Amino acid sequence: MSYSPSALRLQREAARHRASRHSTLIAVGSTLIIGIVLTIGITGAPGFQRVRESFFNIHYASSAFPHVLSGLWLNLRVMIIAEFFVLIFGLLIALARTSKSPVLFPVRLIATAYTDFFRGLPLLLVLFLVGFGIPGLQISWIPNSAVILGTVSLILTYSAYVAEVIRAGIEAVNPAQRMAARALGLTQTQAQRHVVLPQALRKVTPPLLNDLVSLQKDSGLISVLGAIDAIRAAGIETAQSFNFTPYLVAGALFVLLTVPLTRFTDWLTRRQDRARVQQGRW
Amino acid sequence: MTVALLEIRELRKSYGEELVLRNISLSLAEHQVKVLIGASGSGKSTLLRCINLLEEIDDGQIVLDSQDITAEGVNPDGVRSKIGSVFQSFNLFPHLSVLENITLAPRYVHGVERHVAEEQARELLLRFGLAEKANQYPDLLSGGQQQRVAILRAVITKPKVLLLDEVTSALDPILIAEVLSLITELKNEGMTMMIATHEMGFAKQVADQVLFLHEGSICEVGSPIELLENPQTEKCREFLDALRHAGRL
Repeated sequence: MSYSPSALRLQREAARHRASRHSTLIAVGSTLIIGIVLTIGITGAPGFQRVRESFFNIHYASSAFPHVLSGLWLNLRVMIIAEFFVLIFGLLIALARTSKSPVLFPVRLIATAYTDFFRGLPLLLVLFLVGFGIPGLQISWIPNSAVILGTVSLILTYSAYVAEVIRAGIEAVNPAQRMAARALGLTQTQAQRHVVLPQALRKVTPPLLNDLVSLQKDSGLISVLGAIDAIRAAGIETAQSFNFTPYLVAGALFVLLTVPLTRFTDWLTRRQDRARVQQGRW
Repeated sequence: MTVALLEIRELRKSYGEELVLRNISLSLAEHQVKVLIGASGSGKSTLLRCINLLEEIDDGQIVLDSQDITAEGVNPDGVRSKIGSVFQSFNLFPHLSVLENITLAPRYVHGVERHVAEEQARELLLRFGLAEKANQYPDLLSGGQQQRVAILRAVITKPKVLLLDEVTSALDPILIAEVLSLITELKNEGMTMMIATHEMGFAKQVADQVLFLHEGSICEVGSPIELLENPQTEKCREFLDALRHAGRL
């Protein structure tokens, strides 16, 4: 028998269609109003011309661009190396903090002290202490390059954040999962490796990548040690022209650099959910 | 007389001040199925958890396959690799597919090669009507399917004894039937089992012997017919009456 939609269904569909058109109209309307208010508010400000000159000057933007870009190449290398080590150290610290083995008691103690200390200490201070303090020790085999010491500071600080995120993930896995794994005969380590950690890391992927994005932009802080990164390059340009546009160029490039990671996070989370969880309209 | 596969001697277990198991002694022969019944809190689950060493006992002894598994220095992982355990809440690993759930223990505990383990797992899944679920993730399965997968995960390593802890308590009657028929099939294949359950009909069907636990001790023992239809102790009669009132018998 062929199916023809009932009047009830047609009515319901017409109503849904009307409702969605209505929502679209409202969205367009409110966007227009807010856009107009913002434009008038900002361009109408008494200092608008001055601000536009000193922050949005195309001439200075294009002349500074190559210098800022080559500085950004340094940021890119620093952030990738730092991210690599941060993930490894963060994982190790989280594992140490969640372990129950009595042998590891001192390690657990050190790991706890470490995270407490470096999560509390402002990154800028870590940079000063490491970047200026360590060379001051005058130990011959320790490098005194601003880039290396800056990267070390980033790793020190962010490992503490990432360790806490991973630890939260490990603790959020239902204890019955570990019990079931042990009941199958898996050792403590195997249960951790095959059952607990994979679930923990999935749970904390978004906050983890959030920390990595944060690390990426904080790589700009190594400029305080004198490394010529994007921000320092912009600063040099600004010092010559007294125009702040180069800083804006650097800012825009940093934003562009973090967008792929953010989109990647969203994509990863969606993909994980799709295979494993019931889909529906909720 | 056959040597018992599993022997429990004067087992005692408490949580702090609360004594949950007192003076439990029983022996389970190879291919035998014993069913534990009793009210919630009577100690059924704790007893099963003591056997697979998920709980530490206070006193007594548990001997499995002529090894005192409660002795000092026994490696619990080795003991557990000889015991299959299934829980009320399934506890499948949600990040692993059905096939990966089932092959985890063979691969990492028993050192079976991946393709061999997968072949065995597929065979089991096929035999129990779950073949097309091999690559699905647990959250997409019904409760009955999840619990059947959990049982297959426990039996693929050919354990000496299978412990089932109220495995149907989270399921509706239709799904319960699926799970129970799988367990009946395992019994027919000669699996040695200790089962804690509230399903009296099922107890009657699979048990060689029923043990009624009350406040941490074995209050009455008998064949399923004897014990369920003509209980000798006051406590057991009360328990069965309560079930009958609740329409569960």
